[in-house]
Order: sequence, then structure tokens, then C-alpha cells
Amino acid sequence: MNAIHELGVLELAAAIGAKQTSSVEAAQHLLARAQQFASLGACLAFNEEATLAQARAADARIAAGERTPLLGVPLAHKDIFVTKDFPTTAGSKMLAGYQSPFDATVVQRLAAQGAVSLGKLNCDEFAMGSGNDNSAFGPVQNPWDVTRVPGGSSGGSAAAVAARLMPAATGTDTGGSIRQPASFTGITGIKPTYGRCSRYGMVAFASSLDQAGPMARNAADCAALLTAMAGPDIDRDSTSLDHPAEDYSAAIGRPREGATAARPLNGLRIGLPAEFFGAGCSPDVLSAVRAALAEYEKLGATLVDISLPRTELSIPVYYIIAPAEASSNLSRFDGVKFGHRAAKYVDLIDMYKKSRSEAFGPEVQRRIMIGTYVLSHGYYDAYYLKAQQIRRLIAQDFQSAFERCDLIAGPVAPTVAWKIGEKSDDPMANYLADIYTLSTSLAGLPGMSVPAGFGAGGMPVGLQLVGNYFKEGELLHAAHAFQQATDWHSRSPSGFGS
Amino acid sequence: MSNTSKSLLVQGYEVVIGFETHAQLATQSKIFSRAPTAFGAEPNTQACAVDLALPGTLPVMNQGAVELAIRLGLALGSHIAEQSVFARKNYFYPDLPKGYQISQFEIPVVQGGEVGFFLGDEKKTVRLVRAHLEEDAGKSLHEDFIGQSGIDLNRAGTPLLEIVTEPDMRSSAEAVAYAKELHKIVTWIGICDGNMQEGSFRCDANVSVRKPGAPLGTRREIKNLNSFKFMQQAIDYEIRWQIEEIEDGRAIQQATVLFDPDTGETRAMRTKEDAADYRYFPDPDLPPLVIARDWVEQVRAGMPELPRQMAERFAREFELSDYDATTLTQTKGMARYFEAAALASGKPKLAANWVMGEVAALLNKQQVSIDDVEVPGPMQLAALIRRVSDGTISNSGAKSAFQELVANQRKSLEDLAQYLADVDAIIEAKGLKQMNDTGALEKIIDEVMAANAENVAQFRAGKEKAFNALVGQVMKASKGKANPQQVNDVLRQKLQ
Repeated sequence: MNAIHELGVLELAAAIGAKQTSSVEAAQHLLARAQQFASLGACLAFNEEATLAQARAADARIAAGERTPLLGVPLAHKDIFVTKDFPTTAGSKMLAGYQSPFDATVVQRLAAQGAVSLGKLNCDEFAMGSGNDNSAFGPVQNPWDVTRVPGGSSGGSAAAVAARLMPAATGTDTGGSIRQPASFTGITGIKPTYGRCSRYGMVAFASSLDQAGPMARNAADCAALLTAMAGPDIDRDSTSLDHPAEDYSAAIGRPREGATAARPLNGLRIGLPAEFFGAGCSPDVLSAVRAALAEYEKLGATLVDISLPRTELSIPVYYIIAPAEASSNLSRFDGVKFGHRAAKYVDLIDMYKKSRSEAFGPEVQRRIMIGTYVLSHGYYDAYYLKAQQIRRLIAQDFQSAFERCDLIAGPVAPTVAWKIGEKSDDPMANYLADIYTLSTSLAGLPGMSVPAGFGAGGMPVGLQLVGNYFKEGELLHAAHAFQQATDWHSRSPSGFGS
Repeated sequence: MSNTSKSLLVQGYEVVIGFETHAQLATQSKIFSRAPTAFGAEPNTQACAVDLALPGTLPVMNQGAVELAIRLGLALGSHIAEQSVFARKNYFYPDLPKGYQISQFEIPVVQGGEVGFFLGDEKKTVRLVRAHLEEDAGKSLHEDFIGQSGIDLNRAGTPLLEIVTEPDMRSSAEAVAYAKELHKIVTWIGICDGNMQEGSFRCDANVSVRKPGAPLGTRREIKNLNSFKFMQQAIDYEIRWQIEEIEDGRAIQQATVLFDPDTGETRAMRTKEDAADYRYFPDPDLPPLVIARDWVEQVRAGMPELPRQMAERFAREFELSDYDATTLTQTKGMARYFEAAALASGKPKLAANWVMGEVAALLNKQQVSIDDVEVPGPMQLAALIRRVSDGTISNSGAKSAFQELVANQRKSLEDLAQYLADVDAIIEAKGLKQMNDTGALEKIIDEVMAANAENVAQFRAGKEKAFNALVGQVMKASKGKANPQQVNDVLRQKLQ
């Protein structure tokens, strides 16, 4: 058996199931490893006692003969998911030390399948950011180059998985927050169809966009995790889709009609939006993506040119809708019931102002201001309403495109991971870097990032795959087929491998 | 709307009133959570994670609250929207846990409709603009904490239906009559307990005045009127105040005002200048509220007969006046009681008089509702009415028997025959039986005529009044047991 930290989710579950190791041993090993690489800044909270109690319970289930794909496997949660066993901060000073009395549905569902919770992972404050440099608890380093960002907002999750601190982590994606950090750190991550995973227990950023998903080393692990995470939760989340749970692990193993051993993707039509391959994308990223697409052709897929004409509009549309929802969602953090309250204030309004000014970071404050502005009387029609109209058109563009293809592919981000601090003072540069992921989120479609090679500075590049609603199985199948033929996903950053 | 010949002008001004009423819906649990809605619990014991707006919580619509909204819409002839939208009303206040209230803004669930009622004998109709679902906020407690405020979130998330009228009312009396009618309807159809002291039925009155024919004046909104008495006082004060301001050459500023029952005055809380921008937008946590037509039909099938329909039926079937029929349908309990007594006695007019007379007086005296067990039941009343109408007892004898029924509660019996037997036993025991024996009556009459020779002489001299005095004396002498009609007949005979 390889070292525990070298094993992916399914491998580790198999090793524990075969009693080559135990859940307790795996948890202890990974907790120690997380401490060893604490300087990455990926982890925010541990509770060894709670973790080991869960691991012992998993070992007992195994001793009783139970076997499930996640039983005994340690993983950790983005600090956007509320948890009973660990504090939940959402990367914000506002919630420093906040203890939730309940677990998020996604956390609960994974625990029910026997996954063991190692702790909580750093992220951009309230999931707002694309470099994980907006966390109140410090930036996260990219294990491939610690002077670079891991992407965001699920940067702690991405860095922890890439650095082999744990086989998998949960993430959330509002405008690319699973896909982009997965791309920047060479791991696999999937954002499912909006409503596929319950939002109950996710600290809300933008309600109509937020979606949970798994981040792991490969598509097969993601499939096992998503099988546990996804499913209806209509009694607790009204936007949860009443669509039966699916077995994605079965989906990736199911051969396509017309498939052969050499050409497992025979008949698969992959659409390439012209807007994703333009001058805005840096050449190193483009060449890795094109090479991956050539591999897809070898596997039997057909490449089809398509257009998503409103791709550029997705940036202003997203940066109106998401801040609008955020400005309202973050109103509950007022210093009254929980969270930070200023030590000194003269009256109620002063208490609100000081508590919020002291505890929200600059990016969060910026988005609250943008959101408040676009919802204000006299501006609502021109901004919010117009943005919602364009959002519907963007969704329609995808539906037109899916008449000609089964999946859409392109880069996840225009560049590889940038240097920590490089874009800190330039919010617009950060926003523009989201161009390839925003439209998918606005349309509510599932999308994923698959390791596709390396670009400038030896940094990982992800290939983005986008499917139609509820086509997570098809996406994961296509990613899995690619990973059977390539080994980009099994490369580990030097210093973090075996 | 219906401006009749009767002038309602106050000092030459026409009064214009519109209402916004918050009716707390009688659901067991809150509108977006499963916490209970019970009133009067220890602070913050009826609030769950969703009501406290803990991070990660989300609202889930309570179907029961929607059904109650549908009932109101059906009762008032409104359109029930196939699709309505929940919106967030954003503002900061310590008792508003999320920093926004979930309400309905552009597309409410109940649209249009009207409330009809009598103001005296004049039929009035007030049009509704809408009724929308929303959640209540918590309560700030300023009294018990020195220099600080306490927050009780028990009420946060309680379902409300805000019922908004057109500015159709033209006097405080009409406004109060509207509010009473609406109160009757919401309690009648069981969507609200109507308890005004506990805040289950809160009215805001928008009041303005204008010269007849002029455009609408600037309105001031009187908030939280929690009794019909204060409502009338507050509106009357507000009308006088506005007219005085205008007469003194001052323009009315749009404002929200509160009524102080101690001073009898209204005072401004805030003016339009400091009105908040609520930044309404559709709540992304809640999909549009879709109401299938078959759901509406299901609710319709379960609707009770409404007070107006019932009053019309009473007037028609029981040949009652509109006034009596309306009086008897003030509450569902009263109407049920009357109808049972009317049918069992076969004497609806007598039953109506008894219910509006003795029964109403008793309820008023005891300050109880007709549904309370202390009141003799409709079958007992019917038995009593039977005995009046068949001549066994006089009306005054029946009143004594009624008091006996009040004083000694009876267990409920099988059928009317048993109730009759019970009433007969009372009549027997108290000796209330009407004197139908002509011989005995004649003897009494002879005695009375002998003892009141003066009256006899006066009557024979043409003074009709003297006859009544003699009747009274006979009734007195018979201890009320004589049949008044018979006394009349025999006495007249003897006096001729």
C-alpha cells in the first residue's frame, strides 16, 4: 500500500475496507500531515476528538461488515458549510469563533455515508474572491508554487487536496469557485446543476448561484462524493431540485452506446465556444486545452464549433446579481444576534456601522455597496432587472448550443494561477478572470475542471467541461475516460508527493 | 364608493380613508419554519434556527398559510394568483433577524375583491387592492432593560396576511364598520383568531381630507390600531387635526403616526423624508408560489357559508328583517345557535327575538362567547319557545325558566322531546304554567275590577289607558301566570 496521503478517496476506502489501514489511522496520519503543512494556510479548524470519534464509528461499521465507497475516508469542508463539530467562519472576522448548532445538509449526507470530517478549510471571505487572498485568516498558498494563489474562493479545499493533505474536500461554486481553484491546483472538481446539492447550511453568498460540489484528485472520486452529496432536500431548501439521487459512480463505468475499448467516447459531440478560445486567453492555457481536446478526439469524441455570444456580458450580469443577493444575504450580520459586535458604539446605527465596518473585509464591503446600489430605488430596473433579463438570454444561448453538442469544453480560466498579491489591488482584473466560469453559473448548468496539463511557470491548467442540466453523470464519464488515458490528474506538486 | 344623498362632509371637507390590515394567520407553525406560533411563551423559546436567521438557514413555505390566504381570497371574491412572488424588504432593525422581511411586493397572492357591509341601513362596499403573505418581525422590549433593549424573536416568522383596501371609506364610522366586517370574515372563515389585544388583527388607517371634487389629499398613516374604539377615536382626531392644519394654511406632510389612547391624540413617528428605500427584489431562496386551480377548488369546497350569504338566507327562509338577519350573523357561533333554535322550535321570529334579546344580554352580562357552555343551548331555547308558542307559559314565565337554565346548567340531552321534558319540569317546579282555566281567571278579574273601580270607570268613560292598568293588575294578581291574550279578551267582555 502507498502512503495514506497518496491514496485517493476510493483507494483509501478500499484499503480501509481491506483492513490494510483503519479510518482512525488514516485520520491521525492526515491530521498530522495537515499540521506539518500548516504554512500553506489551507486549514482553519480541527477538532481531533470529534474527528477520531467519527473515525472510530466508521471502523466499527467496517468491523460489522459494512462497506460503502466513502466509509472511513477522511475529508474536510470548506468553511462555508456550517458544522456542529467545528467553528464556522466563512473566512470572515465577522464569524470568528461562530459555532453552528447544526450541520449543513451536505456535511450530514457525507457523514451518513461514513466520511470522516477532518476539519474546516480556508476560503475567500463569504466565498467572494478568486485567489483566496480575501480571507480574514490569511491567504492560502498554491502547493505547486507557494508564491502563487490556489485560486478561489475554494482555495483552501483545492490546496489541501493538491498538497495531499486529504483525498478530497467539499467546495462551493457561485461563479467558478470550485472549477477555477481546481484548475489552478491540478485537481478535479465539479459544480453540479444548481439545486442538485442542498444549500441548507451553506453560508449564503448569492442564493440563486451558490452550489456545493466535491473537489478530489480524479473524476471517479468526485463521482463517489457527489453521489453522497447530491439529492433532494425540499423540506429545508426550497431551491433544492426534487430530482431523485443518482449513482454517478455507476454512470462513469457505464459504456456509451457505440463505444469501443480504444474509442470509449465514440459519438460524443464536444462543443467549443468561439468566445472561449479568443485573444483573452493566454497561449499557454490555450495550448494545454487544445492538447486535451486532441486527446478527446483520439478517444472518439467529435469537436463542434459553437458560439455563446453573450459570454462577455456574463461578467457585468454576474457582478450585478451576485452582489445584489449578497448585500441582502449579509444583512443578518448586524452585531445583534451572533458574529462580531463593535466594542464601543454610541447608538444602534453606530453599532451597525462599526460592527460591519470592523468585521467585513474590503472585497465584501465593496460587493455589499455594489449590491445595495443596484437594488436601490431608481436603479433597480436599469441594473438588477436588466441583468436578470440577460441572464435568461445567456441560459438560452446554452440551450441553443446543446442542440449541436452533448458537452461544451474550453479553458476554466484565461491564465494559470497568479502571484499572491498580484491582483489584490485590482478588483476588475479579478472579475475579468472569471469570464469562462460565470456564464455556466448564471445558467445553472453543471461544470467541472479536469487537469489537462501545465502552462506558464509549470502551473497546472484545467479543462472545463460543461453539461446540460442534470448531466453530471455524462460530465464525469467524459472526465473519467480522459483520466484513464492521461495522467495529469495523478501528478503531485514537488514536496507534497510521496 | 357609494356616496348617497347623505352629506358626510366634516366642516366642508370630504374624508378619505383606506386600510391596511395585518391578520395573523391561524397556523400551528411559522410561515417559513416549523417553529410553533403560540402566543405568550417565554422570550425566544418559540424561535428556531431559521427564525433566528442563523447562517446557512433557508425559508420553506408553509402550505397551510397559503391555504388560509386562498380562503380569504375566495371569501372576498378576489383573484387567487396562479403564480405570486416572494420578495425581500430590506432594512436593518434589531428585531428583524435576517435584515430583511420576506413579503410579497409586485405580485401578491390575493388580488382584488371587496368587502360589503351595512352602515346603519346603508349598504357599503369597500374594494380590496390586494392581500399578500408575509412574515412578522420579532419584538423589541424597551421597558425591562436599563439603557438597553431586549429582543424577543418568538413572533419572528409568524405568518401574516396584509389586506389592503382602496381609499373607499368616507367616515370614521364607515372605517370602523369595514374593520368590524373584515374582522368578522377572517374569524368566520377560521384564518385568524381575531384577538386584537394580542396583535392578531392590527389595522393601519390611511387618512386624508379634501374639498369635494378635489384630488386626493396627502395622507397620514395611523399605525397599529388595536381596538375598534381607538380606531374611531384616532381617525376622528386625525380628521380634525388635518382640517385644522389646512384651515390654518399649513400643508399636510405625508407621515406615519401613532395614536396615544391616553391623550386621544395622534403624533408623527416619521415623515416621508426619512422613509427607507427597502430595495425590494424577488427572494432567490423561494421559487414563485404556484397555486394550482384544483387546489383552489378544493379549498372552495371546504369553505363555510359566509356571513352575508347566511344573512340573506336567514332573511329569505325565516322571513327576518335585513337588520335582524345581519345581527344574527355577527359571529358564526351566534348564527349557528340561532339557526338550530329556529329550526327546532319552528318559530324563527321568536327564536330571533330570544337570541338577540335574552341570549345576547346574558352573553353581554357574563362577557362570554356564545360557544361557551355556560349559556343554555339552542335546543333548550327551542323547547322554551315551543312552550311559549303553545301557550303553556307566558313570555315572562319563559324568562324565569331561562334564568333557571342559566343558574343550573343542564347536561346535554338526546333530542327535543327530552329538552321539552326538562323545560316542563322547570315549569312545573317553579309553578310557571300559564293560567288557562277561564273560571279561575274570571275570579281574579272580578276581584281586580272590584278593587280598581276608578280604572273601570275611567275606561268606561273612554280612557283606553285605564284598560292597560287593569291588565297589569290582573297579570300581577295571577303572578304572571295568566295568558295575556286571554286576560285581554275576558276583561274586555266584562267591561262592556
